[in-house]
Amino acid sequence: MLNKSRFFRPLFGALLVSASLQASAADQSLLNTSYDIARELFASYNPMFAEHWKEETGHTVEIRQSHAGSSKQALAILQGLPADVVTFNQVTDVQVLHDRGNLVSADWKSQFPNGSSPYYSTTAFLVRQGNPKGIDSWADLVRDDVRIVFPNPKTSGNGRYTYLAALGYAQKTFGDDQAKIDEFMKTFLSHVAVFDTGGRGATTTFVERKIGDVLITFESEVNNIRDQYSDDQYEVVVPKTSILAEFPVAVVERNAERNGTTEVAHEYLNYLYSEPAQRLLAGFNYRVHNETVKAEVADRFPEVDLLTVEDIAGGWPEAMKNIFSSGAKLDQLQRR
Amino acid sequence: MAAKQSHRVGDHPLVKWTLIIVTLLLTSILLVVPLVGIFHQAFALGAAHYWASIADSYTLHAILLTLFVAALTVPLNLVFGIMLAWAVTRFQFPGRKLLMTLMDIPFAVSPVVAGLLYLLLYGRNGWIGSWLDEHSIQLMFAWPGIVMVTVFVTCPFVARELIPLMQQHGREEEEAAVILGASGWQVFRRVTFPNIKWALLYGVILTNARAVGEFGAVSVVSGSIRGETNTLPLHVQLLYQDESVAAFASASLLAGIALLTLIIKALVEWRQSRQDKLANAEPLVVADKVGS
Repeated sequence: MLNKSRFFRPLFGALLVSASLQASAADQSLLNTSYDIARELFASYNPMFAEHWKEETGHTVEIRQSHAGSSKQALAILQGLPADVVTFNQVTDVQVLHDRGNLVSADWKSQFPNGSSPYYSTTAFLVRQGNPKGIDSWADLVRDDVRIVFPNPKTSGNGRYTYLAALGYAQKTFGDDQAKIDEFMKTFLSHVAVFDTGGRGATTTFVERKIGDVLITFESEVNNIRDQYSDDQYEVVVPKTSILAEFPVAVVERNAERNGTTEVAHEYLNYLYSEPAQRLLAGFNYRVHNETVKAEVADRFPEVDLLTVEDIAGGWPEAMKNIFSSGAKLDQLQRR
Repeated sequence: MAAKQSHRVGDHPLVKWTLIIVTLLLTSILLVVPLVGIFHQAFALGAAHYWASIADSYTLHAILLTLFVAALTVPLNLVFGIMLAWAVTRFQFPGRKLLMTLMDIPFAVSPVVAGLLYLLLYGRNGWIGSWLDEHSIQLMFAWPGIVMVTVFVTCPFVARELIPLMQQHGREEEEAAVILGASGWQVFRRVTFPNIKWALLYGVILTNARAVGEFGAVSVVSGSIRGETNTLPLHVQLLYQDESVAAFASASLLAGIALLTLIIKALVEWRQSRQDKLANAEPLVVADKVGS
């Protein structure tokens, strides 16, 4: 028995400490459920907002974060994850919270400016030092000697944007010639070296495992990697034509009401549009709407002809149904 | 009484040394090298960086949460395992065989599926979950959910260790104790427990190791809220996607906990065998005669 008490004593100590850790010191606590690659962004934004909230109301707020693929997060919220706000990278993932659970209000898209998307990005390329394969546009990606890395459109919103951006380019280039568009997309898909399940996985494949000639992901992520590894290892290429990637936010009204956080939740999202927050977002290489900040960082964001998902596929529901669902276009093109 | 079989492989030195060398080689490739690799990676940027990665408040919380889950899971499954083993070895009842088969479900089912099953039941849209939701009881995506799936995944370990031993041992000794006037608790404490304590300890060690290391089922029900429901294995995966050195630092902690468990086990066994030898050598001799 002596041994057993020796074994259990530290565990019970941990139990006590853990219980004390669960109790929060702040007046209010907010759970922000977000997509995978937004960790650093919200780690910086949260203290900024907490300070702002303290100034405005005199109350302290603690913001907790959960990060995973945005579709996985939406399902978890439907199953009961008590998120107060969502900051996603897929409009459909917010919409599903309304459609299947009535957790966000029907007019969530008009609750905040710019379609409730406080920042946006586009899809861009990261190539290896000196751009050895000379990749400047989507057309270069279907050359025989080019191997591509981007996340799987089946599991990743990021991957869907990449697919749609390439499709948008093909539509613009070949007009109504559907056979040529299909041929282009088929070649494009056949050049994929690795299909990772999420954005971070694709980055690891390209950067750590050194697979592929070009990584296609959000412009923000591409620039972050370039900054992280100093300028001489990788180069960023922003194609002339690409896609508008929105980052929708919404208050999960039902949970916020229950947690008594409705007010702080709305302000948390609203403050993302403020000048200091927009400057912070631009610092993470997202494109922003605030005119002052936009002028400050204009040189870092080249002009791009941004197509919308509506232009390319008629909207997300149509894109999901006609392209990404089982047996639809993507599956047909990947079959040989 | 079932006789223990002792296999005597040829005593030829060639056979002996070939076997020993091959075993040692495989052990080092399969077990030792990866383990050393984890610690090597963890300390790749020096000890200061290692301690800084561990002192991170999210990592500390992940460690405490993991120990907390294990501290609840192990006693629960200890009691449950003994009860289950007792029921199926000491009593005859209809459905006994079925119960023994059902007991293995957590082994047979993939942990991810186990997590999904719990979500289906206790999630907001689940059968029990919708009732819980109405009463604002949060089980899933909070620590109770993590404990529940961990208990599920680890529940066969103790019982699986006990049942063969208790079956082999039979119930004569306990019946004798009852006839001599022992109470139920006395029978357990003075007769049953001494017979099963090694198996029990082994079951506890396995349960603890699995409870600390469980990833799949926990990942489904955790919601991975940093500083709240992120266990150490989930934290390792999260860090690995961000920055590999901190991930290996956390992974080395998991490996460290495993090593510590093994050391405790070895120590206890060593102490017990010494006591046994001092107390009486006779049973060993008898066992040897039966065996040969």
